[in-house]
Amino acid sequence: MDAMITITGLDVVFGDTHAVRDASLSVARGESYGLVGESGSGKSTILRALSGLNWDWTGRITVEGREQGRRRDKGFFKLCQMVFQDPYGSLHPRQTVDATLMEPLAIHGFDNRDARVERVLKEVGLGPSFRFRYPHQLSGGQRQRVAIARALVLEPRVLLLDEPTSALDVSVQAEILNLLKRLRAERGLTYLLVTHNLAVVSVMCDRLAVMNRGRIVETLTAAQLHDGTVTQPYTRQLLEASRGYDRAAADRIEDFAA
Amino acid sequence: MSGPLLEVENLSVTFDTAKGQVRAVRGMGFTLGREKLGIVGESGSGKSMTGRAILRLVGPPGRAQADRLVFDGIDLQRQSERQMRAIRGRRISMVMQDPKFSLNPVATVGEQVAEAYRIHKRASGREAKRRVLEMFEAVRIRDPERVWGLYPHEVSGGMGQRIMIAMMLIPDPDLLIADEPTSALDVTVQMQVLAIIDDLVTQRGMGLIFISHDLNLVASFCDRILIMYAGRVVESCRAAELHQAKHPYTRGLLESLPQIGDTRPFLPVLQRDPAWLEA
Repeated sequence: MDAMITITGLDVVFGDTHAVRDASLSVARGESYGLVGESGSGKSTILRALSGLNWDWTGRITVEGREQGRRRDKGFFKLCQMVFQDPYGSLHPRQTVDATLMEPLAIHGFDNRDARVERVLKEVGLGPSFRFRYPHQLSGGQRQRVAIARALVLEPRVLLLDEPTSALDVSVQAEILNLLKRLRAERGLTYLLVTHNLAVVSVMCDRLAVMNRGRIVETLTAAQLHDGTVTQPYTRQLLEASRGYDRAAADRIEDFAA
Repeated sequence: MSGPLLEVENLSVTFDTAKGQVRAVRGMGFTLGREKLGIVGESGSGKSMTGRAILRLVGPPGRAQADRLVFDGIDLQRQSERQMRAIRGRRISMVMQDPKFSLNPVATVGEQVAEAYRIHKRASGREAKRRVLEMFEAVRIRDPERVWGLYPHEVSGGMGQRIMIAMMLIPDPDLLIADEPTSALDVTVQMQVLAIIDDLVTQRGMGLIFISHDLNLVASFCDRILIMYAGRVVESCRAAELHQAKHPYTRGLLESLPQIGDTRPFLPVLQRDPAWLEA
């Protein structure tokens, strides 16, 4: 397998909390990989260690064959960009869409910035009329499109997606998921998607890892998730709870220790 | 009691803003028995405003009016503020979405829930504490004694929501309005919290208005569903029959939901029809 991302024996500790325990995974070039789990399972912590937002980890991380240290260089961010959960919090409220998209281009010394901004806005389905608006003048879905455009404008090969649709209404979620699928097909991007929503992972990802209390409990293909052929009781419980309310199932819920 | 618990007819909520009138709820109506009624819609559809209007909690510049707003024979629109205070919490209570903003940050959660009890029931401090600890146990809080002394910032989202639910249930209301009570929770915790509410409806005959954006959850949890769009009810159906819904908005929402085991290459995107605003 031509691996784009490999993580081996990753550990992250915050004070007394062992947030990620000995996690290993590998994402192929062009693959879409899901990290699923409940809050506090460590899924976002893996993403933050990988993206360089958190320096304090031990283990091995390689991206496109290059070993990553604690500090990341500019080349890493050109290769690998992130989209966050909250489109209200992740855009600067006093910068126009244009300024938001121009800044990464300036940092990375791109030419033709004007044309690139126009093109990327078109690609995420926003017309030129959005270019000089402020975030408060946009809906949640439009803001998330701007956040995706900001990640894409550097033409990265990898997108790290942290719950990209969980703050959105379902009809808007469908639009953003479609957009992400189309962009991946067109650009051959590699996705690492963190979500608590098994249905989202089911439509978006080829493979996934299920996490509980800092550990990867099980790795599944999308087909295994579809058939429900899971081996771990924790995964089975998560799958059952995701299918909707069931009074009897509520009594069967167990606490799976780390 | 034989009659309905709550009757709402032609309810409107209007906001007068500098840019003109915004009609958040337009001619909403339903009757509720001792059952679980789901109100589903996207953000801005007026579902939360409906819940607030029932408790007369719409403040200026908003205005709520209805042809009929009757709870257990009481005309809510003709009650004084003082009379309303005796109804709120005691007879109709409301669980809000985010416990972080609904709890007092400088009082322990135990004291807050005890206060909710003592305002409505005459009880000694010791008796109130005993009731609170019982209620904490009922909402599956492990180690209630320890949780009693915690401040809101020391509890997780799931725990905070269970505390809120305990606070709303402790005065033993006849009607609970739950506004997205579980959307901040993990699916397994959500299921356990819903089971608590479910049991209260079945065992004590409480009425429930469950406001949510999650169609699948409401379909599996509630008895009946109202689907709201732009301030109106566009469709109502038995929860079990949601998947045979007819209105194009309801259909569009259902189809745009990703499913576990979905093989569609792309999700259908909802095309909004301006006619739905009037229908």
